[in-house]
Amino acid sequence: MAVASGGGHWDELMLLHPAYAGCDVTYVTTFKGMADRDGIDAALLLPDANRDNPGDAWRCLVASVKLIRRHRPEVLITTGALPGLFCLIVARLLGARTIWIDSIANYEVPSLSGRIALPFASLWLTQWPHLAKGRKRKYCGALL
Amino acid sequence: MILLTVGTQLPFDRLVRLMDEIAPSLADPVIAQIGRGSYLPRNMTWHRVIEPVEFERYVADARFIVSHAGIGSLLTAERHSKPIILFPRTCYLGEHRNEHQMATVTMISGRPGLAVANDETQLRHAVLNPPASQTPQPSITSREQICNAISAFLDTARRSS
Repeated sequence: MAVASGGGHWDELMLLHPAYAGCDVTYVTTFKGMADRDGIDAALLLPDANRDNPGDAWRCLVASVKLIRRHRPEVLITTGALPGLFCLIVARLLGARTIWIDSIANYEVPSLSGRIALPFASLWLTQWPHLAKGRKRKYCGALL
Repeated sequence: MILLTVGTQLPFDRLVRLMDEIAPSLADPVIAQIGRGSYLPRNMTWHRVIEPVEFERYVADARFIVSHAGIGSLLTAERHSKPIILFPRTCYLGEHRNEHQMATVTMISGRPGLAVANDETQLRHAVLNPPASQTPQPSITSREQICNAISAFLDTARRSS
């Protein structure tokens, strides 16, 4: 399962296509028009959320729990943002392998969502060499 | 035609207002995606949200793009080989949750096909002298590298499950 909010997060996810060629992928986003643009008809939708609006965040969390429980992905990959974080945590707690790709926009520090995702991610990648740290925060190339 | 976009999620009235003031002095019409802004342009054709399929057509038709410093805009300009002028949101003016757009323009400034403006003077200059029609060159090897790292992880996961 591949999850990204609409906008730049989704564009970054689309560039990762070659990474899971041959896999049976279910896409999840917050903006159906972007999936349509890229010819992904069967994308599942989550309500958008950010940390400024607790009501939206709560609705998104509940929807994420339902979606992940229904689809039970073996592997979940996300480029963020908050909806991707919710899906990653729930998927991990249900036993999936999880991959967090921190957006290339995060150049000075990893995103807040990314930092929260760290303990729940089986693979955690930043796109900036100087943000790699320890064994867990890895840098293996970038999309831009 | 010139395409202005501030994304769809947050208002960015400062950029929309500046472009609206500059628009009458331009030879090309400006089409604007203003998102949730409260300033309504008078000198530009505007939409709150342009559906992505239609947005791609506008990008294809545009001579160049003026945009907040969002990664989505940058990647869209790159897909279409269009020059882009980036005007970053700042946190201290309440335009985003942190200063990551300032960081974005710091890291990519100097790439071909791209200009950065931080105020009215710089924006006016950039719009009247847009960057040449070269795209920011994506680092293909770097892109392959991250995809390979994910593939390798998936292979290992598959073998051990």
